[in-house]
Amino acid sequence: MPVITPDPLTHDESQDYLWTLNFGPQHPATHTTLRIVLKLDGERVVDAIPDIGYLHSGFEKIGEHLDYDQYVTVTDRMNYISPMANNVAWHHAVERLLGVDVPPRCQYIRTIVCELARISDHLVCNGAVGLDTGAFTFFLYAFYQRELIYDIFETLCGARFTNSYTRVGGVTHDMTPKVIGQIREFCRNFPKTIRDMEALLDRNRIFVDRTKGVGVLTREEALAGCASGPVARASGVTVDLRKDEPYLAYADLDFQVCCAREGDSYSRYLVRTAEMWESLKLVEQAIENLPAGPFNLGIDERTAKPDKQAVYTTIEGTISHFELVMSNRGIKVPCEESYSAIEAPNGELGFYIVGDGSNVAYRARCRPPSFNHFALFPQLIRGHTLSDVVAVLGSLNIIAAELDR
Amino acid sequence: MALEQSGSNPSIEVPENIVISKLDELASWGRKNSLWPMPFATACCGIELMATGASRHDLARFGAEVFRFSPRQCDLMIVAGRVVMKMLPVLQRIWQQMHEPKWCISMGACASTGGVFDTYCVVQGIDRFIPVDMYVPGCPPRPEQLIQAIIDLQDQIQTEGTVTGREFNTRERQEPKRALVELPILGQPYQQS
Amino acid sequence: MSQTPIIDSLNADFAGLTTSEFRGQTRIVVARDQLHDVLRTLRDEHGFDMLIDITCVDYLNYRDATERFGLVYLLARSDDMRRLTIRVMLSEPDLSVPTVTDLWSGADWTEREVWDMFGITFDGHPDLRRILMPEEFTAHPLRKDYPLQGRGERHNFPVLTREDG
Repeated sequence: MPVITPDPLTHDESQDYLWTLNFGPQHPATHTTLRIVLKLDGERVVDAIPDIGYLHSGFEKIGEHLDYDQYVTVTDRMNYISPMANNVAWHHAVERLLGVDVPPRCQYIRTIVCELARISDHLVCNGAVGLDTGAFTFFLYAFYQRELIYDIFETLCGARFTNSYTRVGGVTHDMTPKVIGQIREFCRNFPKTIRDMEALLDRNRIFVDRTKGVGVLTREEALAGCASGPVARASGVTVDLRKDEPYLAYADLDFQVCCAREGDSYSRYLVRTAEMWESLKLVEQAIENLPAGPFNLGIDERTAKPDKQAVYTTIEGTISHFELVMSNRGIKVPCEESYSAIEAPNGELGFYIVGDGSNVAYRARCRPPSFNHFALFPQLIRGHTLSDVVAVLGSLNIIAAELDR
Repeated sequence: MALEQSGSNPSIEVPENIVISKLDELASWGRKNSLWPMPFATACCGIELMATGASRHDLARFGAEVFRFSPRQCDLMIVAGRVVMKMLPVLQRIWQQMHEPKWCISMGACASTGGVFDTYCVVQGIDRFIPVDMYVPGCPPRPEQLIQAIIDLQDQIQTEGTVTGREFNTRERQEPKRALVELPILGQPYQQS
Repeated sequence: MSQTPIIDSLNADFAGLTTSEFRGQTRIVVARDQLHDVLRTLRDEHGFDMLIDITCVDYLNYRDATERFGLVYLLARSDDMRRLTIRVMLSEPDLSVPTVTDLWSGADWTEREVWDMFGITFDGHPDLRRILMPEEFTAHPLRKDYPLQGRGERHNFPVLTREDG
């Protein structure tokens, strides 16, 4: 057998009474491939040393070889709990670099799929916290609702899981009346389940005892460690990019930023639950106010590929299609660099893209929210017991593929 | 005793609640209906694996729902998701810790071939380094596909299985399935340094 | 979102800053020895309390590029989410910059990642190890002279057969 990565702990005689426990990388409660080396004094965690990279697949290197439309398939696999939000984040950044604005209908469609992705992400995260603290029913409730969201996505774009839905200057498929009907039905039925779920856990004595006061992240620590998303908001940092720098259709819609002060695992759970309600509100508003008009940039702008009907039946469509797919033509990209971020379910998901004039990014840096959250983990767990490790890990919602890229 | 009495012309009187079978088939029948999967879930396919076990698709209908996370209790390893350089030694150690007879399902394109991740750190197919019995295509495969793979594996165990595990000692099971040759990608010369 | 007052104030304190603007984003190129002081001033006097990201770009094949690496610091203010980009240009052989882990503790892992992927050392970093690649890995994979498919490291493992099990 080859040597597994050397133990990062240095040997110290005075700490010989401590246990060293290797947690992961293949462990059911990490849900993904994380490794933590724990130093234990009995049940107490004295120190935790995270070790990541067990799912490092070279996403950023691939980004330098695939063009702006192709790379969206790779972003699907980044945060695989909410692929739609990653798609939107990537093309949001690309369009910022190109300096194009997508039509209003496309903005609303993207908003809707983003919020549905947020609901499905928070369902898995809360479900996993429930599962780790012993509430299996809660997990099954959450997963059933996820299947309904999968159904919506499948009707919308043909793929239930890895959607690759967005394109430069638009999306692949328009929202049909059938999808709109499905989303409306989901909005009608979802509140009942979420109320059931709240009734199961919110005041459940076991759950509250295991999460309240556990893994407290103060506001200062959150800022210094640059936490974002629900983790930061549960610690009283009122940062939400949807409000602070409104993108897509968020400026037109009415919603609230959900925050808490305590910063423990329980308030992270509460913030996520509250955000599901807000997302539901957003989806309802957006679906009722869905503007008419094109869902893609027209063929004159020469960014979005025309739909197949136009390619086969009109000369403009054919020309425009070949202009875009030929290797020496393609999209006009400035030799510049820009950073653009959206509020993904996990926090600020941004891309720093360097364009070099060709239709392939020169550098596609992803700023993953999980990376900063997992770096905070040792200071959250110090002094708690071994069984709290899973509760804190679950409430941070670490996704290894996004963490390691 | 009945055989001795009837001499050269065996005619056994079998009561209604007794079934005669070969020992191999009996063992295979037992094995195929009590597959305990070990989910080696690393990435996206792991979520579909969870969906397979969850309420809508419900793997329990096919007798393979007892997910155990300790390799010593399992006989079916489902590798779901890409395996990278840092993870491969872990995968091999877990595979070695499982008891015979054991099977391996490679779920998804990434585990089978590396998928879209033809990069410096992703292992291009786990079958280069551990034996694999069943491949599931898809990125990620739908839960129905995984269920079908498990049913197919059950059929395979029933038809080929033996008590002593002779079927694992055949030549094609022993050899690695793929030559360790690197194929160049079009338009991008591969430099061996 | 104009950043003019901040830039004026910075120009008064530091000499030789180059600023540019693209799609509403203000970018300041600073020299390596000014970097730590500029970031400290921005954090303490102008309220940029969030270090969103540290990343790096390898300009090996880039058109008209004179320096090899460009290090990028993305800052933001948590109260109104104003952003500012600070850049440092580096060239071989001297690839080291002062660490900012004393200003933001969250810079710990991001600096380790930049070291792992590009081989840029951060002076004064408490624990500069590889973070994503295995310890025994020798190259820095996001450099432009490293091939996408690697140099065969991914095949360098023993093969297990049925008999080994």
